[in-house]
Amino acid sequence: MKKKSKHEWRANTLPALLMVGPVTAVLALLVAVPLIYVAIMSFCQIDEYYNVVFRFTLENYKRLVSVNYLRTYGQSLIIALLTTVVCILVGYPFSYLIARTKSKKKRLLYMLVIIPFWTNSLIRIYGWRTFLGNSGWLNSALQFLHITGEPVEFLFNRGTTVLGMVYCLIPFMVLPLYTAIEKLDGNLLEASSDLGAKSAQTFFKIILPLTSSGIFSGSIMVFIPCLGFFFVSDILGGGNSDVIGNLIERQFQSGNNWPLGAALSIILILVTLILVKLYQKAGGDMDSLAL
Amino acid sequence: MRRRSKKRIKKGVSVLFCTCVYLFLFLPISVIVANSFNATTSKPYLSWKGFTFNWYIKLFENASLLEAFGNTMFLAIVSTVLATAVGTLGAIGMYRYKFRGKAIIDGLLYIPVVIPEIVLGIALLTIFSKMSVPRGMTTLILAHVTFCIPFVIFNVRARLSGYDNSIEEASLDLGATRVRTFFEITLPVLTPGIAGGALLAFTLSIDDVIISYFVNGQTKTYPLKVMESIKSGVAPDVNALSALILVGTIIFVVLTQTDILKRRK
Repeated sequence: MKKKSKHEWRANTLPALLMVGPVTAVLALLVAVPLIYVAIMSFCQIDEYYNVVFRFTLENYKRLVSVNYLRTYGQSLIIALLTTVVCILVGYPFSYLIARTKSKKKRLLYMLVIIPFWTNSLIRIYGWRTFLGNSGWLNSALQFLHITGEPVEFLFNRGTTVLGMVYCLIPFMVLPLYTAIEKLDGNLLEASSDLGAKSAQTFFKIILPLTSSGIFSGSIMVFIPCLGFFFVSDILGGGNSDVIGNLIERQFQSGNNWPLGAALSIILILVTLILVKLYQKAGGDMDSLAL
Repeated sequence: MRRRSKKRIKKGVSVLFCTCVYLFLFLPISVIVANSFNATTSKPYLSWKGFTFNWYIKLFENASLLEAFGNTMFLAIVSTVLATAVGTLGAIGMYRYKFRGKAIIDGLLYIPVVIPEIVLGIALLTIFSKMSVPRGMTTLILAHVTFCIPFVIFNVRARLSGYDNSIEEASLDLGATRVRTFFEITLPVLTPGIAGGALLAFTLSIDDVIISYFVNGQTKTYPLKVMESIKSGVAPDVNALSALILVGTIIFVVLTQTDILKRRK
């Protein structure tokens, strides 16, 4: 009896512990504990030196509903929504064309989507600023060609922030769509048109339903990060189009009210949870979010 | 005849559309590369003052920039190795064994993937500060390993789902030890998944701005160095470094890709 349990220990328990132990430790200590700590901190106070004091308060949550903050949440959601819509409208036909091309250069076309993302995202966003700024390249060109006399203010509005977000996040829409569209069975499309369906009908009844998984996972991976990408709205929005991430960043840097920042983070956690639940309800596969 | 010209128009529109998307994707990069040859020496380094290679020489005199780049590479290599090792073991263990709490581990894995990076960043910052862990390279590595692990696990797991357990049993039946079976049977089968996960981890680590921003302390990585210089204008030697990194990665990928193609043949 004792011998058997010893065997069981060596055959199953020990290898299982060795293999799953490290990842469990990382997830527990560096994901679960820190997030729980943030949740606790959101109910804490600060003293006059901005130190966190573990005394219960709802003050941070009361401050979350101030008018200024509400305006930023709304703006942040609008920016994220616009970004997602633009990513779908541009990303879908684009992925469709490169996934179903018969050209030999298909692999190259795919790689060309990824290559820009090997340059650091901050630098690329700064590249947009160099291009669009008042003394930037586009304005210089416009003035040189005498199309405009004065520099046109392209930057520092909601539109340029959305442009930057789309730029940073569009691969997260294109890649899952590409995978979903490539899997489409060409015979199905042929059968549909042979049976007399118009191309619009084939699209809405066959193609769209079969590739909707890609749209769903792409939308999750575009919408959620948008709420936190503070550096995009910093560099291209110039403080005129803050997202929730900017509010949080300020509390952890210069503002230094960590409990308030923690409460603001709770909003982002809740939004994420709700969207992921919706995604799962719609039949979304969680693993495909990370591939 | 009419149908044919309609088809041609359709094709033309498609090509035009895709070209526009590629232009959009490459525009800022072209600006960066072009500006690395800009002879201007006055901030914010925007107006074009002629062509020069000077910034590529200046780059190698900029000790703090080179140090930041070195930090980024060190951080990316160490975190990729650690995340790949821990992630691969974890993925196999979770696939093979049933145990209590598995669903919880699974749920926790999705958090770093879906949650906005800033939330993980401030969560790690607060816990490091609470535990009085001095912020620097160590905390950067811990943070990067944390957000890279799930990507390794999901890639390995995708490979595992088509995995045939019986080859491992055969190896054990033929007298190989568990350890030998793991290194000679299990790992080689999973290699594509592991490599894909590692490459993704490396890319994510090199590019990370937001999480590093909160846990770096005094240690500057290359993206953080860029962030710091944005207020006063990014000097063209930073652009020169970016251009070199881009060329380096393209060469690396071309080499490895052709290698894969050869092996397939």
